[in-house]
Amino acid sequence: MSDEERREADELRRDGALEPEPEMGLHPAAAGAGASLASGEAAAGYFGETLMIEQQSLSGEVWRRFRRDKFAMIGLGAIIVIILLAVFAPWIAPHNPLTQYNDGITMQGMPVGSSAKFPLGTDTLGRDMLSRILYGARVSLFIGIVANGFALLLGVVFGLSAGYFKGGTETLIMRMTDVMMAFPILLLAIALSTTVFSKGGVWLLVVVITIVYWTPMTRVIHGEVLSIREKEFVDAARLTGATNRRILFRHILPHLVAPIIVYTSLGIATTIVFEATLSYIGVGVQPPTPSWGQMISMGQDYYYTAPQLVIYPGLAIVITVLAFNLVGDGLRDAFDPQQRRR
Amino acid sequence: MSTNGETLVTIEDLRVHFPITSGIVFQRKVGAVYAVDGIDLEIKQGETLGLVGESGCGKSTTGRAILQLIRPTTGRVLYSGADLAHLSGSALRKQRRRMQMIFQDPYASLNGRMTVGDIVGEPLLVHKMGDRAQRKAKVRELLETVGINPNTLNRYPHEFSGGQRQRIGIARALAVEPNFIVCDEPISALDVSIRAQIINLLQQLQREFGLTYLFIAHDLSVVRHISDRVAVMYLGRIVELAENSVLYEAPMHPYTQALLSAVPIPDPAAEELRRPVVLTGDVPSPVEPPRGCHFHTRCPAAREGLCDVEDPQLKIVRPGHWAACHLITGDDYPHIRAGENDVAVVDDVAEVDGTAETPAGEGGETA
Repeated sequence: MSDEERREADELRRDGALEPEPEMGLHPAAAGAGASLASGEAAAGYFGETLMIEQQSLSGEVWRRFRRDKFAMIGLGAIIVIILLAVFAPWIAPHNPLTQYNDGITMQGMPVGSSAKFPLGTDTLGRDMLSRILYGARVSLFIGIVANGFALLLGVVFGLSAGYFKGGTETLIMRMTDVMMAFPILLLAIALSTTVFSKGGVWLLVVVITIVYWTPMTRVIHGEVLSIREKEFVDAARLTGATNRRILFRHILPHLVAPIIVYTSLGIATTIVFEATLSYIGVGVQPPTPSWGQMISMGQDYYYTAPQLVIYPGLAIVITVLAFNLVGDGLRDAFDPQQRRR
Repeated sequence: MSTNGETLVTIEDLRVHFPITSGIVFQRKVGAVYAVDGIDLEIKQGETLGLVGESGCGKSTTGRAILQLIRPTTGRVLYSGADLAHLSGSALRKQRRRMQMIFQDPYASLNGRMTVGDIVGEPLLVHKMGDRAQRKAKVRELLETVGINPNTLNRYPHEFSGGQRQRIGIARALAVEPNFIVCDEPISALDVSIRAQIINLLQQLQREFGLTYLFIAHDLSVVRHISDRVAVMYLGRIVELAENSVLYEAPMHPYTQALLSAVPIPDPAAEELRRPVVLTGDVPSPVEPPRGCHFHTRCPAAREGLCDVEDPQLKIVRPGHWAACHLITGDDYPHIRAGENDVAVVDDVAEVDGTAETPAGEGGETA
């Protein structure tokens, strides 16, 4: 037992997770029957078997471990704050993000620094930076969560089918992901958003990101299903006469919850960066709708004279992405405590 | 353990070949693992048939192929008349009510995300046996039968020990009231102290429900304890099949003789005299099994021009005693004993025609 393990066991005991008392055992009648079966010799074995830990759900256990991870908790706190800010942006924001204020711009046409009226200053068109960043959070989070949701849905459907049914289905789906992965993702996204989806708009960006990001999810799910379908409990289920649908949804899918949650939280971070990148090069969210990537893009010409134009939206991206990554890593550790020690 | 002599399961020329493929999109077959290579077997109603052999000889694959968990490449599995190997879909699912399996690893065979009640109750649900209340009552009854407190049905498998998990697995197998159960090394993964309990439970259940077992194991003494008849497998084929006592007391196939000489005797005086026979060489790869008798590469009695050319058929050598060896004729058979350095040699060479070849293998020794 390593120190860490011992510490963990101590903590569990303090939390009441490990019950030192054998709190429930074999049915007395059964134990009696067993003893007579094994002609008495096994009685000791029976009681040796009765030590039990208190009933605990998986989610409870995961939450207990997650809670101990300081960085993950900070990340979770940050995400909650960011989501609240985004949701309540219309009430929190001091100004309309689209209004160009006359006093938001100097006589030389330069943005103003932070003041009582504009806490984070203004941008090159005299719009309030704080309000724009708050509204930008709505765009980033919406795209991050929704596009990831769709990518996840496709990934689960394709990954499950490929991993479970194997054969032609698997070849078709997995070679499709190979082709998608061989494509330069950024070029593909630029091509899609300048041609087919040239109208712009947040929803079209969601579609583009989904098309690009369903492949990694499919691969992750496919790999997990391949290992789970060979487990003996799947054989046992098949032997009881369970249908494929039952095996897929009752036996395999519940074991995918951990990777799905972990990869979704990590994927949201990646997607937010991707959205910022697309908006930065001008093929993502179209002005005047505020988006962090687009704000950086507009501010970069004023980098020397008004660095806040780049710094604040940049910080917003860094903090959000970092928060999701911390939570994702924390969840991965919480779901699989073995992995961390290795 | 009453056997009325009626055959419950008939296996005819069962073969399971796993293809070895290469290529990504267009896979072509470049070879095969001949895991099970032509097995004929009859399992009688109410008996326990032990199936023994070294690791990798195909005994687990045989068990799984009988239950159609692995679809056989060729051959028939007749279960009270119906050929399971050619059933699929719902027809197969219906037949599955009558045959179940007890798995080796009690940690892998229970779904950790389901409660014990759901695990044991799933077969009942799948076959739409009874309503919710009846099913729950049945699950409690099953748990009690296998010696698990029925009040624990809302608990998860990780809250139980290995022995208790194995009992839960047994309860699940019993749920559909099967006649035939394949026990795939059901005690190998358990603590020694728990093994006897599980064996006793299996025997008690057999008496109570009139079950038929195919008991797969590599532990020869356990098989001797529980079985009525024993089949010995080597490299995908059955080499000998006989009544328990006959096989252990008077084995005829050279491989069986060598295998049994490795079993320790629980009598210090006899154990002192026991000399385990050491076979030369390694078990050949099932990818390229030797021509002729699969055992001829390691058999001290193998005869050139016969054993390495012709496949020996599993034939009756005495009443109720089958063996697959060219050298068994009438009452004569090659007697294997430990020679110099414990390496296996044939005794009574004269009896088998004086031309027996001993492979000059000085290479790796395997017990």
